[in-house]
Amino acid sequence: MTALHYLDANASQPLRPAALDAILAAFEVAGNPSSVHRAGRGVRRILEDARDVIARGFGGQPQDLVFTAGGTEADATAIHAMSAGRRLIISAIEHDAVRSAAAGAAILPVGPDGVADMDALEVLLSAGNPSLVCLMLANNETGVIQPVEQAAAICRRYGAVLHVDAVQAAGRMPVRLDMIGAHSLAISSHKLGGPAGVGALLLAPDAPFAAPLVGGGGQERGRRGGTPAVALIAGFAAAVQANEADDPHRLATMRDAAEQAAQACGAVVCGDPKNRLPNTSCIALPGTAAGVQVIALDLEKIAVSAGAACSSGKVQTSHVLQAMGLGTLAGEAIRVSLPWNVTEADIDAFASAYRRVADRLRATLV
Amino acid sequence: MRIVVAMSGGVDSSAVAGLLHEQGHEVIGVTLQLYDHGVATGRKGACCAGQDIHDARRVADRLGISHYVIDAEERFAKAVISGFADSYANGETPVPCITCNQTVKFADLSVLARDLGAERLATGHYVRRLDGPDGAELHRAADPARDQSWFLFATTRHQLDMCLFPLGGMEDKRAVRDVAQRLGLGVAEKPDSQDICFVPAGSYADVIGKIRPDALEPGQIVTADGRVVGTHDGIARYTVGQGKRLGDAAMLDGQRQVVVFTEPGRRRVVVGPRGTGTQTLTLRDVNWLISEPADEIRCAVKLRAREEPRAATVRTESGLTSVVLDQPALPAPGQACVFYLGERILGGGIINRSVALTAPERLTA
Repeated sequence: MTALHYLDANASQPLRPAALDAILAAFEVAGNPSSVHRAGRGVRRILEDARDVIARGFGGQPQDLVFTAGGTEADATAIHAMSAGRRLIISAIEHDAVRSAAAGAAILPVGPDGVADMDALEVLLSAGNPSLVCLMLANNETGVIQPVEQAAAICRRYGAVLHVDAVQAAGRMPVRLDMIGAHSLAISSHKLGGPAGVGALLLAPDAPFAAPLVGGGGQERGRRGGTPAVALIAGFAAAVQANEADDPHRLATMRDAAEQAAQACGAVVCGDPKNRLPNTSCIALPGTAAGVQVIALDLEKIAVSAGAACSSGKVQTSHVLQAMGLGTLAGEAIRVSLPWNVTEADIDAFASAYRRVADRLRATLV
Repeated sequence: MRIVVAMSGGVDSSAVAGLLHEQGHEVIGVTLQLYDHGVATGRKGACCAGQDIHDARRVADRLGISHYVIDAEERFAKAVISGFADSYANGETPVPCITCNQTVKFADLSVLARDLGAERLATGHYVRRLDGPDGAELHRAADPARDQSWFLFATTRHQLDMCLFPLGGMEDKRAVRDVAQRLGLGVAEKPDSQDICFVPAGSYADVIGKIRPDALEPGQIVTADGRVVGTHDGIARYTVGQGKRLGDAAMLDGQRQVVVFTEPGRRRVVVGPRGTGTQTLTLRDVNWLISEPADEIRCAVKLRAREEPRAATVRTESGLTSVVLDQPALPAPGQACVFYLGERILGGGIINRSVALTAPERLTA
């Protein structure tokens, strides 16, 4: 039985070995970081060391980093904490983590290339109301990188607050909150090779953080109650450090090879191909449903995804690709996202499986 | 061989997946998400998938087989639910399970099975597929209490070629539950599903009302000669043959009354004495599971899911299939008329509204 070829890193990255080591080491240490005694201090040191690594790794200050249970909570916290008295504006391609926390928000459109329209942002903000804008750094489905620096400059000109969901970008490209100029950044550990169950909200020094989502015992400087998952946080920090040694060109070269194999079968690449995360490719096969492609590839032991998977596992038509105006293609695209440990053998297996699947699916078309 | 199994999350299709897996086949479980469970049950925040999809996944986990959830919501809404409401609004009593089998289940899933490189599509229906001299034949299930052949008459011969119905020969439901038990499937004692799947609360009128509110507008109950004998709260609540919900019109001139037809245009429910019937009916959407006969054929026809077949003659002339019953009956338009020869299903069609009714013989005598 051949092994599974895992090409769904944007759903979850395989755990970095250094992260596993750090988690196991931290689990050996008992205690609560809020305690007075030396056991507490031992755990607190692990927590604060990790906070230093992660905050500095993403261009922020340790005292401005809030650990959460993941990217979704980081997004929800940012919106909850900074939206009072502000109108919400979110891009049309945001993740459900933002969309569900921002009901009733005005929608910032994107072009066919998958890039948010900055002129439209200007128009929306010129109405004059205080606003909270949410724009992701890189899209989870297409990998297309958004003009967040420009958005931050526009927002600051109008006195608006900008939250950037950097869940997919973190670990795949340089991400620095201070360089972007936004007010907050959401990061998820398992999307960058750390464990699932932990994430962070990194705040700019001037972020107008009004009230926590979960108050509890006042942990995280009153911005997120609950005892932090110290061992997972240690793994999160180890993964952030491990990513720094990665060569993004290696991933981009392999991604391009996979993409070319699909294009040779008639597939179309969705989103601006020159402005993407190095590991992500969104490829549509005209005339064939995305869900069927994903199933057929899974039976060939290739793990990819389509759209945003609902918890039931059914494939829904992608709101991202619909927002890009792709019409029926929006329901015919799969996402191939290479993990940090992808091999040439994975790419070769994908290329030949894609050919077999595309041939069969097209045979039943006409 | 590679076999796609349509898994509903119930005990029947779970047992099918288990049996085929046990026989060494490569089983691919597929569950159709047909409607938003949260919306259907009216529970805010309920998962769109519901317990049945969860159960199907757990059975697949237990068996160690692949399992996928297919989003068929839009297709189901268009092909089944809206047709269901329209049919009621047109004065018929539809059978949505037949439409679903005809479209989403057998048509779409057999295409999916081929797309996935599978040779067969298996379901948990209680019918038997036998190989005959002219290809696959559809026969009634071994257990007459469970037989579902009436619901499957619209399966095409092409689809039937690809189908497997491993439960058709089962002695009874208990035997199926025992299989599930033996295979350690958690659904072994799960209760049978009831009624129409997308109407879980049992109020089909609510579903119709959302799509075709006109079918729930009040109107008059009249006799065949136009006498107004009562009022009703929507023709969708009436089925031909029904004796309930007639109020004072239930008994006229000392005779029990039943609905003999409805007039959607005038929003009238027409009643007549119990025993009113017809001998001739015409069918639409006819599907033959034998080569279409050139001459009329003698067979038994079944006009409702739960009644015994009755002797009749079926003939097709210039594209129109009609049925002449040996004894009068009161068929409900929109229901299926399925042709049987012994245990074998020959074909069937949907009963048209145009029925020439005659009063019961005992009245005319």
